[in-house]
Amino acid sequence: MRPFHRRFGKYSASFEPAEATLIADLVDQVRQLLAGRRAEAPSDPLAQLTGMTMGPASKPQDPAVARLLPDFHAQDEQLSSGLRVLHEPELIATKDAAAVALLDTLPRGGGPVRLDDDAAAAWSAALNDVRLALGVRLQITEDDSPPPGVDDPDSPQAAMYATYRWLSAVQDSLVSAMLDA
Amino acid sequence: MTAPAPEKTGSTETVTTPEAPWVTIVWNDPVNLMSYVTLVFQKLLGHPRPKAEALMLDVHHKGRATVSSGPREKMEADVAKLQAAGLWATMAKDS
Repeated sequence: MRPFHRRFGKYSASFEPAEATLIADLVDQVRQLLAGRRAEAPSDPLAQLTGMTMGPASKPQDPAVARLLPDFHAQDEQLSSGLRVLHEPELIATKDAAAVALLDTLPRGGGPVRLDDDAAAAWSAALNDVRLALGVRLQITEDDSPPPGVDDPDSPQAAMYATYRWLSAVQDSLVSAMLDA
Repeated sequence: MTAPAPEKTGSTETVTTPEAPWVTIVWNDPVNLMSYVTLVFQKLLGHPRPKAEALMLDVHHKGRATVSSGPREKMEADVAKLQAAGLWATMAKDS
């Protein structure tokens, strides 16, 4: 991987084939989590008729999905529930659009990536969603302490944690270049 | 179900309590990068770089920061934008 830097008004990086596959797979997994949640929305014929989509009233059961789609209010469950019904479909659509924009600009066989401002914003958000989901799965709770189970280098947790940290470096290189632009 | 507004009677009590403004709060999160949180505050809330960095450090060190305030509908929109970007944002009535 050659990390992101800004060059001639674009954000450039380069990925090995295995790295590009890994990013695509992880982004696709987040899309599947969101699609599963979208399928939980009530199907209301009247809402469909008026073009309004309503989300479910209860928070997601899967903690990774719950982290991607948090409550709107820290204490008021009734308010959170009402705002979830109202806003969740669009939140899912926005996240999915960022994921699709990343996949559209990622060469699947690896190689150079060149992003304009919009694509860079989509990448930064889509990579962040992947890291949020991995962070929940890894049970990352403290800023600097390694999560449970990563001591054994052969464990799946160790591999996932290595991926998580690598994605952090990719995202940070992109975001740093965006901040300097 | 809806009901017509009640007739105004000649009440002597004309206290107008101004609607308390709402706030958008961002909570600390072990995953989100400091650089990314700063970028989101700049791009999505329109804060200049120094303000965005100060708010990011507040979130990091104090566990939370109020990042915007205003009418409820505006705060709903801000929370939705920040959550779409992956920040842990909630809204609350300012007290």
